[in-house]
Amino acid sequence: MLYRFTQATLAVLIISTFAASPAFSAKLIRVDGSSTVYPITEAVAEEYQKENRKFRVTVGISGTGGGFKKFGRGETDISDASRPIKPSEVELCAKNGIEYIELPVAYDGLAVIVHPTNDWVDYFTVDELRRLWEPDAQGKITHWNQIRPEWPDKKFSLAGPGVDSGTYDYFTKAINGAEGASRGDFVVSEDDNVLVQAVSNDLHGLGFFGLAYYEENKDLLKLVPIDDGKAENGDGPIFPSLETVKNSTYQPLSRPVFIYVSKKSAERPEVEKFIEFYLTHANVLTNEVGYIPLPDEAYRLAMERFQNRVTGSVFGGKGAKTGVSVQELLGQGSE
Amino acid sequence: MISTDRTRKLLIRQKLGDGVFQVVAVVGIVIALATLAALIIDALVDGLPRIDWKFLTSFPSRKPAEAGIFSALVGSVYLIALTAVVAVPIGVAAAVYLEEYTNQSSRLSRIIEVNVANLAGVPSIIYGLLGLELFVRAMRLDRSLLAGALTLALLVLPIVIIASREAIRAVPSTIREAAYALGATQWETTRDHVLPLAFPGILTGIILAVSRAIGETAPLITIGALTYVAFVPDGLLSPFTALPIQIFNWVSRPQHGFHINAAAGIVVLLAVTLLLNALAIFLRNRYQKQYQ
Repeated sequence: MLYRFTQATLAVLIISTFAASPAFSAKLIRVDGSSTVYPITEAVAEEYQKENRKFRVTVGISGTGGGFKKFGRGETDISDASRPIKPSEVELCAKNGIEYIELPVAYDGLAVIVHPTNDWVDYFTVDELRRLWEPDAQGKITHWNQIRPEWPDKKFSLAGPGVDSGTYDYFTKAINGAEGASRGDFVVSEDDNVLVQAVSNDLHGLGFFGLAYYEENKDLLKLVPIDDGKAENGDGPIFPSLETVKNSTYQPLSRPVFIYVSKKSAERPEVEKFIEFYLTHANVLTNEVGYIPLPDEAYRLAMERFQNRVTGSVFGGKGAKTGVSVQELLGQGSE
Repeated sequence: MISTDRTRKLLIRQKLGDGVFQVVAVVGIVIALATLAALIIDALVDGLPRIDWKFLTSFPSRKPAEAGIFSALVGSVYLIALTAVVAVPIGVAAAVYLEEYTNQSSRLSRIIEVNVANLAGVPSIIYGLLGLELFVRAMRLDRSLLAGALTLALLVLPIVIIASREAIRAVPSTIREAAYALGATQWETTRDHVLPLAFPGILTGIILAVSRAIGETAPLITIGALTYVAFVPDGLLSPFTALPIQIFNWVSRPQHGFHINAAAGIVVLLAVTLLLNALAIFLRNRYQKQYQ
């Protein structure tokens, strides 16, 4: 009785897992990488599969760095990235003979936010943000009035994304001048919703994260405009919004996000079609999932870049770079 | 009489200590249960209204209201079944070997015993790293269902071994001696008497192991299980996603609609776990009656 039961269970389990396995389907498009870019790729994959039922797209979230590690080993076809590829990652790709095509797909704004009842912070200059976040500030700059004398003599508490995220890399590069250079005494979470909680529950809280998270929690947070002190990017403090990110006046905290396509994978028709579908529909879909589309001209240039199979990074493989215009993005004279 | 006086005082103090301990114990259980209740009620309030047939049978989507849990649910069920298929025979065989075939006091068996106990305490993410290097990369299984199941099987193996050993140890030695006396070999004794009697206990171990495996996220994320999969796995080497990963993704999205989906996903995960446990408990009680 016992044996019949065990044997039957085992048989059923084994058959059910093997029976439905007629070899592994080859029409698979493997995407992995940044959690920031994930919603865009997910939206594109969803629509693409509605039109092409025989192709399968899988999207993972390993972070920009984790995604490039897999991409550089040839484990994925496309890598989502919220910053340009770094030297160590360029090296990995070169070592394994992976050539890549870099394609910007959207803009993301970084929102600097405080508690909604905070009535003293009206704007930040880039210099003030640097004094708040620079590595030397750790343990020394702890009170509001150290940033601006008329602000209260109260301790503030900082919150920001984890050091593995492209968002942190970009912010530190834009504000402190070097990727990964910042004070260490702040609340860290990979989950931006935790940062929303941290700032909305603390009168003296201050944090930064993706604009989409502010948009969904407007009533819990106060958005702070940023003044970069450069007249050519618009005078005075500027709030992040669809227009100011798109026309590059919200600087330096708006950035392009990318997908990287392996040149070898792009030879497969399903991957090629997917990328063309991506660039054609990115305009509408990025907006739908809370990001800011590039100008139409940029998508056209990106498509050209892909069709000509222009490999390499216009950033010279040096990682995050701030204040990038569309022209630079698509490298008028690329490598 | 001084001595009775002293005894009385001692008694009073003991009773007082007893009372204090009882209060502490009650407070402990109240805190534990209240936390559990709060978690479950919170998930039910947010998630229950969201669960319908469409939610269970739809693939993930960028629109929270259209997103469903189908690929994750099927992925989890396959994953757990495959994990059990791998972990149970190996775990039970190891337990039989350790209990029936080795000299309990030998150095080798003590080393194995200590190691198995230690393995049960290793954080799950370490198993994920092992799975990534061994199954995903060295064995080139890629990020497949099989790689995920093998990783989880390693993770729960110590639980199966420990529980099975306890169950086998609880079988009275008189049973074995009676079997030997009638001329049964060691294998016949184990197969026909020890294992059937230990079966309910072994099943308990399997329940614990499966319940642990179904909720694990860290090792799956480490081996690089995927988040967006809009198809059902069609083979051992097929890519997959699982319930905890889908929930984790939804929780970290900005839109409130996805947070509701996450709560609904949690309710589904709880339901699947309870269902598996109920099935195992039902089977255990059935066999317990049969063999007593």
